[in-house]
Formats: sequence, structure tokens, C-alpha cells
Amino acid sequence: MVDADLERVARDQADDDLKVRRRRTGRAVAGVAGGIADHLGIGVLWTRMAFALLAAFGGAGVLAYGLLWVFVPQARNEPKPVEVTVKEKQQARGLLAMGIGLAVGVGALSGMLNGWVAGGIAVTLVGAALVWREADEQQRRRWTKSGVVGAVVGSGGRSALVRVLTGGMLVVTGIVVFLARSVNLDQMQFALAAVLAALVGVAVLTVPFWLRLVRDLGEERTQRIRTEERAEIAAHLHDSVLQTLALIQKQSEAPREVLRLARGQERQLRSWLYGPSGYGRGRPVEGAQAGGAGGTPEATSLSEAIERACGEVEDQFAVKVQHVVVGDCQLDERLTGLVYAAREAAVNAAKHAGVGEVSVYAEVEPETVEIFVRDRGKGFDPDTVPADRHGLADSIRGRMERNGGELRLRTAPGEGTEVQLRMPRVSVGS
Amino acid sequence: MAEKPVRVFLVDDHGLFRAGVRAELDSITDEVEVVGEAGTVGEAVAGIAHKKPDVVLLDVHMPDGGGAEVLRRSRPDNPEVVFLALSVSDAAEDVIAVIRAGARGYVTKTISSHELVRAVVRVSEGDAVFSPRLAGFVLDAFADRPGAAPISDPELDLLTPRERDVLRLLARGYAYKEIAAELFISVKTVETHVSSVLRKTQLSNRYELSRWASDRRLV
Repeated sequence: MVDADLERVARDQADDDLKVRRRRTGRAVAGVAGGIADHLGIGVLWTRMAFALLAAFGGAGVLAYGLLWVFVPQARNEPKPVEVTVKEKQQARGLLAMGIGLAVGVGALSGMLNGWVAGGIAVTLVGAALVWREADEQQRRRWTKSGVVGAVVGSGGRSALVRVLTGGMLVVTGIVVFLARSVNLDQMQFALAAVLAALVGVAVLTVPFWLRLVRDLGEERTQRIRTEERAEIAAHLHDSVLQTLALIQKQSEAPREVLRLARGQERQLRSWLYGPSGYGRGRPVEGAQAGGAGGTPEATSLSEAIERACGEVEDQFAVKVQHVVVGDCQLDERLTGLVYAAREAAVNAAKHAGVGEVSVYAEVEPETVEIFVRDRGKGFDPDTVPADRHGLADSIRGRMERNGGELRLRTAPGEGTEVQLRMPRVSVGS
Repeated sequence: MAEKPVRVFLVDDHGLFRAGVRAELDSITDEVEVVGEAGTVGEAVAGIAHKKPDVVLLDVHMPDGGGAEVLRRSRPDNPEVVFLALSVSDAAEDVIAVIRAGARGYVTKTISSHELVRAVVRVSEGDAVFSPRLAGFVLDAFADRPGAAPISDPELDLLTPRERDVLRLLARGYAYKEIAAELFISVKTVETHVSSVLRKTQLSNRYELSRWASDRRLV
């Protein structure tokens, strides 16, 4: 689990490097300017100045800052806290005051807002900023000390409560001032406006809460998916690899059996990892249990059928069956016969050749499918095979000829054996 | 063998596996000598530059980019060093990716020690080492499929009939000597054909090859 946590931290870190994240330390208001400066690789003074100057244009800087505050998450972990000198702090505060002053002043001068409306909005904004900032603080504490759940007011103690309340009061005052001075209303309309204003106030104050709710939900979901994934891998390894290792320990007296087990397990794991519907290829199709973990569906393509046949021979006779398939096609009745014939040939090689390895090579051509089954073993003289040994004659040659294919045999004592099988394909697309 | 042993450098992120290969190679033959090993891409690049081995046995899957990354960073400075990829995976994209990154051969980790020694000696002499499965992949990649992309460079994008024959026999599990006998050519000629196929596999722009390579983020 420690590994997993470390890995998560590393991943979050990498994530933070790529995306804009608000600074957690060394911030004047919410770390937005700092975060952008870090992201762009410039001095924080420049971004702060940009925001302050933009504030003069109808408050665009303030609006942009607010939106970024809402939508850019805080950095999760900072490698090292940002050091702030006194001078920098003063500069930041100066720019902050200048920004707000510019927004309000220019707005008032240009007549877009009359003084009282501007004042109301400014007070509201300052109040909202106080509350949001406190929420950021809470979130940071929660990350440092896990287990503390606080929505807006959490474990911050009395000062936090005071700050939040002050913020709330400021927001309410701002809205009231705004209402009282800018609108002349009769009673009915006033009631409506008051309700509306209350709703706006609540919305502004609870923004951090909603944001956190959404983010936590997303985070929980990814966490759950990861956990499930881990459980699935663990279950698979337990069912397959651990069981086989246990078997191998028990069978350690019988090298042949150990070899058989190891090979079978290797093949299964390999197909689980790299197979067409395997783990490493993205999600397997629902229901199609990957690999030979039992209950595999019927093979539908030639390459799958050959792979499975070779696997069976490996399992039964404890030899290595190296198979190579070039091209692929759908399996039909004839080709199924061909695969059975090839399997039989491999079984013969495994039983009689006296070597540990059999090669199976299949090539799909437009007109025909050819399979070569080869071993470097004893070989034999076809003429001297006793008449009562029907393996090759019946099950291979017979099967091939029934399906319209042919068989050639190349062997001599001491030279190994190669069975060459050729089956015409049913013309495609006719 | 009166000749100097082939100096081999092992790159694999599994220490246990390195130790196993080293022990096997040291015990069964004097033909090869393990001169160094590395467990990470960085160590490997530094080690290869320092030791100047004849052959690097290279694991395909490693953190930080794997064998392909080692090839990319080491080959420009050490053109005389030969790389032989060694991996548990025989998936097409792995095999083709390291071959295209410049490895002169590919064998799987289940190969027997004697075969491994033979493969090392062969690549050190300038040959290519194609496992039957690699031969199968290459045949597959160069197959003429209906609807395939047009051939832009016949010199690189097509195999000659003879090369095809050689590959087919390789895929069937034939040794060079057996291929030579089967096709009535000399072993030297078989080697020439295989090297030429290797070159085409590395340089061709055929869609299948670049697709397999790009599956491992390598073009």
C-alpha cells in the first residue's frame, strides 16, 4: 500500500507539472497569479501586475481572477514552499489594492457604475474572497491531516470561524447596499429582490463547498476504479500463478511435471497479458475470459485454434511446441479438420520422436492453408511402420483426404520428421 | 576456440535474471565472456559507452523506455556495438519495435543456454538472428494483402521470392544449414538473405511495420 501511495503522489506530482495549479504557499489572495507564473515560467510580479492592470478595464482582471480561482484547483503537493520576502509581500498587497482600486475607480469614473453600486459589489467581492480563501485553507489542512472533513468551516478553530463569518457579513452587506442604492422598488418587487439577493448570497458563499463535492466525487470514483483493478489483478495472479507455484513446489521431485506446469502457466499468463483479448491490450470484451483460465470460448480463427491445439499438446506430453502462424482466417469445417490433423501430427512427434521440441508452422495463402509439423527427432522409415499402427495413416491422412486436403511426409531414420499438410480454402466471397 | 571470446554486456532490470544468464554463460562456454551488466537505461548507456562490448544482450521491457531507448541513446556513439534483444514477450509490436530501433536479432528468454551462446556469437559475426516467430512476423508484415497500401519503394518494401523462401523455412524451425540444403544454396547465401531481410525490416515504410513499432511509441 505504501508503494501505491507513493506512486499516487508521484502521479499527482506529474499531473501538477503539466496543468496549471494554484499555489499553496506564497500567495497573496488565492495563489492564482503565482500558479500561472509557475506554469509560464515567469516572475509572479508580472502576472500580478497584469491582473491589476486588467482590473481597470471594467473589472476584467477581477473577474478573470475570480473565475480562475473557482476553476483551477489548488496544487496537491508542492515540492518546496515558495519563499516570500517582505518586499514581495508588500508589492503583492500594493498591487492587490491597486487592482481593486482601479476596478472600482475606473468603473465609477466612466459612469458604468455609480459609486454606491460599485461599493456594494466591491464589499461583496471582498467578503466572497475571505470565505473562499478560508475554504482553500481547509482543503489544505484536510490533505495534510487526512480524516478531517469540513465543508466551509472545518478544523480551523475560532479564527477561521471569525474569518468566514466576516466574509459572510461582508457579502450580505454588499448585496444589501447594492440593492438599497441602485433600485427603487415597491414592496412586492422588493420582497422578490430580497429573496433573490439571499439566494445569490448563499450561492456565492457555498461555491467552495459545491466545488469540493464535485471534485471529491470524481476522486473517489478514480480511486474505486483503481482499487477494483488491483483486486482483479491480485485475484488473477492468485488463481493462476500462485496455485501453479504451489503445485511446482509439491512436484519438485518430478522435473518433467514441473516443466509441464511451468509451461502451461507461462502460456496462460502470456495470453492473459498479451493475447488478442488480453489484459495488456486494454479491456477484454465482457464475458470473454482471457486466456486458458478454463471455460474459454470456442476458437473462431485459425491462429487461435492452432495456438490452443499446440497448448494442449504441450500440456499433455511435456514438450515445447513452438508455433508460428502467418496470416489468419476464419475457421470452417475443413480448416478445423486441418487443425485436428496437425494436432495429431504434433502428438505423434511428441510421443515418438524423443525430443523436447516440436515446431508447428502455419501459413494462410489466398487459395490454401499449409501447416508444417516438424521435429528433429528419430525419424522413421514409413515402409516399416507395422500395419496395426494406424495413427498417421488413419487419423491424419484420412482426415486430410476426407476434407479434400493432402499430406506429404518427409522422414528418414535419424533425420527427424516433417509432416506437411495442405488444405484448399473454400473460395471466399463467392 | 582459439579466438578471443565475445564480450557481452547484459541489460535487464531483473537482477535475478541477469545473475542467471551470467552464470549460465560463464559455465557452459569460453566463447562468450560477460564484461558488465546494467539494470536501468541510464546505467546501460553509461556502461556500454565505457566497456565497449561486442554484443549487448538487451531486455525489451524496462522502466524509462526499455530496450528501444537504450538503442536510441547508445547506437549513435557506439556504432560498432551489436545489440541482441532478449525478452519474455514475443508480441509483434515488441519484436518489431526493437528490431527497427536497430537490434540485430531477437530471442525469447526461454531460449536454451546453448542456443543463446550460438545467437550471441552469430550476431557478433555480423549475422542477424531471427527466431521462428520473428520470421513469421516479418513474413506477415511483407505479405501481399488485397487493399494494402501501395508500395512506395520496391527495393525496401518487397521481399524477393528467395528471401521469402528462406524466411518460411526459418519460421518452420529450420537451421541455416538445413535451409541451405533445402534450397540448394550455401550457408553464406542464407546469411546474406537473412541480413537483407533484416535491413528491409529496419528501413521499410510498410504500414504493418510502422504500426507495430508505433504501438510501442517508436517510429
